[in-house]
Amino acid sequence: MRSWLFFLIACVVGAAVYGGVILLHNEYYFFAGYTVLQFIVLATAWNILGGYTGYVNFGSAAFFAVGAYTSVFFHKTYPLPIPVLIVIAGVVAGIIGLGMGYLTLRLRGAFFAIATLAMAVVLQTLIVNWDYVGGSRGAYIIRPREIAVIGNYVQYLFLLMLGLSIIALTVARIIERSRLGFGFASIRDDELAAEAAGVPTLKLKLIATTLSGALMGMAGAPFPYYIGYLEPASAFGLQYAVNSIAMPMIGGTTSWAGPLIGAVLLGTLQQWATVTISSAANLLLVGVLLVLFVIIAPKGILGLVESRRNKKG
Amino acid sequence: MSVDLFINALIAGLLLGGFYAAVTVGISISFGILDIVNIAHPGFIILGSYIAYIANDRLGIDPIATGIIVLPAFYALGAVIYQVYYESFERRGQDPLRGLAFFFGLLFITEVLLILVFGVDYRYVKAPYIDQSINLGFVNLPLRMLIPCLISLLMLALLQLFLTKTFIGRAIMAVAQDQLALQLMAADPVRIKRIAFAISIATCAMAGAFLIIIQPVEPSVGREYIGRVFAICVLGGLGSLPGTLIGAMLLGIVESFTATFYGPSWAPAVAFGLLLLTLAFRPSGILGR
Repeated sequence: MRSWLFFLIACVVGAAVYGGVILLHNEYYFFAGYTVLQFIVLATAWNILGGYTGYVNFGSAAFFAVGAYTSVFFHKTYPLPIPVLIVIAGVVAGIIGLGMGYLTLRLRGAFFAIATLAMAVVLQTLIVNWDYVGGSRGAYIIRPREIAVIGNYVQYLFLLMLGLSIIALTVARIIERSRLGFGFASIRDDELAAEAAGVPTLKLKLIATTLSGALMGMAGAPFPYYIGYLEPASAFGLQYAVNSIAMPMIGGTTSWAGPLIGAVLLGTLQQWATVTISSAANLLLVGVLLVLFVIIAPKGILGLVESRRNKKG
Repeated sequence: MSVDLFINALIAGLLLGGFYAAVTVGISISFGILDIVNIAHPGFIILGSYIAYIANDRLGIDPIATGIIVLPAFYALGAVIYQVYYESFERRGQDPLRGLAFFFGLLFITEVLLILVFGVDYRYVKAPYIDQSINLGFVNLPLRMLIPCLISLLMLALLQLFLTKTFIGRAIMAVAQDQLALQLMAADPVRIKRIAFAISIATCAMAGAFLIIIQPVEPSVGREYIGRVFAICVLGGLGSLPGTLIGAMLLGIVESFTATFYGPSWAPAVAFGLLLLTLAFRPSGILGR
């Protein structure tokens, strides 16, 4: 399937989702749906680095928070429309991703993972000590009640996130089928062999961190407007790091469909658990599912489906 | 900068460093020697803290005594975790990525379970020595720091003796270097690794007890220690206990100076910043092998 055709189909599916949620006549679904969509973007972004090249990033929350705090910064200095903020957040987070790549990508495997964790805490400390964006007290963002054309503001945010997730999925799929994607896969399978065969591994890894970071930052940009009050502990919350790892792992890391499946399943499950049980219980659920899946089904749901198909055929 | 403030900060840093050594020694064994990236380590330390808290709150037992009593339980827990890890990842030759995700999940599960059971309130223990301190001239030695530091140094010395003088200890060092050769010497590498990993988790019982003596504990405190333990472990050179001690003292001193002269809110970034710099410029650490 051509990429533009995929993009068109994704847009049609997106429009159908949007229409379906409108028909439910309940603002809560936009509210909950926004979170699920946000996780689709985060999981897909994580998978570009983690799934395709095999480098585990524990610092997803940091990139997300960079996006969110970019919005807060501009909200205080010079308010801009959210789509512009998304682009700026993408650039800022992308640059941070590139910088982190330069510092750490010469390290293999575990060291890279630990370094990303370290970076998240360094950034959090910087934000906590930066009074202009609220410091540890946090910052209030008063969102307008209405927006032109669409009307309801939450609906507008939902639509933005829907657009972002379509873009993220398309980008992931294009990468998967391009020379870039094969390069990534060769790094994942055997970095030394790839380098010996002339794959420019460092350059490819830098592309992956930049892209992945930029998409996570973009996912974070509308967040302050969604939540209304942003403080470092919530922006850097562990749930973003855990979810963006758990979702691709549960769905399957080798294809764009994996993070999508994982995010929709886990995201919906969590929304349901938050409402019916408690928000701490839903995090426990994610942790337990992650551990179970890596032990029992290391290739995720996609892997399970594939092995069943192979048995039949 | 006055001299007595400087000396007090230095001594506070050394005492803190002694405690950090106890927190890190487990990681030095599991990550440094066995190459198992156990990022759930701080989670088990917090678990140790809460056990010490319960014993102190309900039965009035001294936290350090609790730490020693539950050592076998933590040892058993470590053995079980290693067995699961071995069966599901090492034996199948799975990529380390999934092993990492496994421990990340474990960390998360312990934290959330503790939140569900105890809530997010800070907990602390009572012991006669916690409020006291020794004054030598202008130097102030709080017992709440001094006692964990001394016992931690003792623990490190015992572990170092164990690793260098006993058969099993030497086998643990050997498994890091050449697993096949060890097998040819008729020692089972899986058994040796299980013992080593179990010891690394057992140290969490002591480290947890020290932690709750030094500061009040809530479930997410563990996260701050992820950076510290790996920073110290990498700084000191992987898998070397003397290196761990030097790294821990260094980090303790740097953190203490940052807290004294710039304010405590910058302290967490110090460890991670130091870690990033070490990883970028000298990945093999100070006493790298």
